[in-house]
Amino acid sequence: MLSYTTYDPLTEYVLRCADNNLILGHRISEWCGHGPVLEQDIALTNMALDLLGQSRMYLKYAAELIGHNETEDSLAFLRDAMQFRNSLLVEQPNGDFAHTIIRSLIFDSFHYFFTEQLMQSNDKRLADIATKSLKEITYHRKFSSEWTIRLGDGTEESNKRMQTAIDDLWRYKGELLSPDELDMEMLEKGIGVDLNKIEPLVDNHLSDMLNRATLQIPQAEFMQKGGKQGLHSEHLGYILAELQFMQRAYPGLNW
Amino acid sequence: MSESSMLEIFEEKIKREIKIEPREWMPDAYRKTLVRQISQHAHSEIVGMLPEANWIKRAPTMRRKVALLAKVQDEAGHGLYLYSAAETLGTSRKTMIDDLLSGKAKYSSIFNYPTITWADIGAVGWLVDGAAIMNQVMLCRTSYGPYARAMVRICKEESFHQRQGYEIMLTLAQGSQEQKAMAQDALNRWWWPSLMMFGPSDKESKHSAQSMAWKIKRKSNDELRQNFVDATVPQARLIGLSIPDPDLKWNEERGAYDFGDIDWEEFWNVVKGNGPCNKQRLDDRNKAHEEGHWVREAALAFAEKQAKRKAKKDKVA
Ligand SMILES: [Fe+2]
Ligand SMILES: [Fe+2]
Repeated sequence: MLSYTTYDPLTEYVLRCADNNLILGHRISEWCGHGPVLEQDIALTNMALDLLGQSRMYLKYAAELIGHNETEDSLAFLRDAMQFRNSLLVEQPNGDFAHTIIRSLIFDSFHYFFTEQLMQSNDKRLADIATKSLKEITYHRKFSSEWTIRLGDGTEESNKRMQTAIDDLWRYKGELLSPDELDMEMLEKGIGVDLNKIEPLVDNHLSDMLNRATLQIPQAEFMQKGGKQGLHSEHLGYILAELQFMQRAYPGLNW
Repeated sequence: MSESSMLEIFEEKIKREIKIEPREWMPDAYRKTLVRQISQHAHSEIVGMLPEANWIKRAPTMRRKVALLAKVQDEAGHGLYLYSAAETLGTSRKTMIDDLLSGKAKYSSIFNYPTITWADIGAVGWLVDGAAIMNQVMLCRTSYGPYARAMVRICKEESFHQRQGYEIMLTLAQGSQEQKAMAQDALNRWWWPSLMMFGPSDKESKHSAQSMAWKIKRKSNDELRQNFVDATVPQARLIGLSIPDPDLKWNEERGAYDFGDIDWEEFWNVVKGNGPCNKQRLDDRNKAHEEGHWVREAALAFAEKQAKRKAKKDKVA
């Protein structure tokens, strides 16, 4: 297992939140200018903006915890793949609009209940960030849920594409909801979220939406994991190649 | 009422600075000119998203990334307002977009140039949005009501974009040697195309005179271009960048800058489709449109199903 040793447990935990938002925000921002309809282009960009904004709050907190000269930018632009703590789900490619919507549906369902719980954290800063974010996340979940239903119950083609997207992405759901050592430790300290507690809530929401969308919940049980400990898919490296290009090519400058 | 008396009323309104509104009578040529101009303007906002979106993923800091993303999103919003304004004249958004995608409709040629380095994002905001503002401030007083009102909303955001772009340039100009060189290089490449944004000189411009008479436009292409040069040259000097024009000189008598000749051959060449990115931009728009086809179709099918379900439910109730 790749180490927790890079950062202390609280920082690790904050980075998980930061990186999920950063990487998904980055992915969704790829749609900007290329959306299927102008209105949806704007809506997707809104979500990217929200996620990047939330990521900045977490990154700044993590930077303060680490100290030295760490900043939101050094954390975003100068860590390598194994130091990123996002889940595998959010680094998956946009694919077609169906994949983008299903990736968001799964993430938003998790993110909503996670953040709602995080508002109760006894770490005041985390609770504050969560409180500030919940309204946006509520909107994200509404957006991805409505589009899931619309496209699932749209045409034969859209139904097929959505089913393919679920079948492709379902395997990345487990990681979001299965606690590891760090999750347990943070829960014990009253800082982190009880993933076992939110799992049925997330699953309920997902199955409700998929039912209404006339889509099938995949039966495959095997779940991929590793992202939140720093073991990523091949996609992350390419994300970082673009995300970090400027800071790598021109180190240490003001922009 | 006879056509000639309706024309009289129309012209009287133009004369007295009363805005023309969608349901009112207007000459066909006025309507046509407006549809052409407003839809072209809308297309420019949409195609204009592409060169800037090109740098969203690679923006150098989190702050710059979020600002750029928000800026490009603003342009999408401008596109929406403008399509809506054009639709009030009886042409559907679908028709306008089909014309864009087929290459029949034009958009501002400036977006057929590539954004090669980060400094281009500064240059585009500063110069391209700056040039757009010159035009758009004038259009806030245009004679067609919906167009004028769309412009008022848009202008506020454009001037913010311009300042943001200038601030990127300022930061680069105060930075390392590499950053300064990057900024100067971007200015070198964007300066002349920005001057071309105002269109052919007044002698050559085929639509200008009539548009002025109808008060769609209130300043000529050359006047606007001069305003832009006069506003922008001092801004460049202030941050230590030089304008790539050996003939640029302050003219005491005119109280304005004299500047060199624009390469109109390049201008017409890009208009004709031979700019560095014409094909790429249109391909990108077409790709997004085609890949979005099934989404739009499904959304429509779903809406129809919903309407039927509702009708059935209402019947039962
Ligand atoms: Fe704009
Ligand atoms: Fe703009």
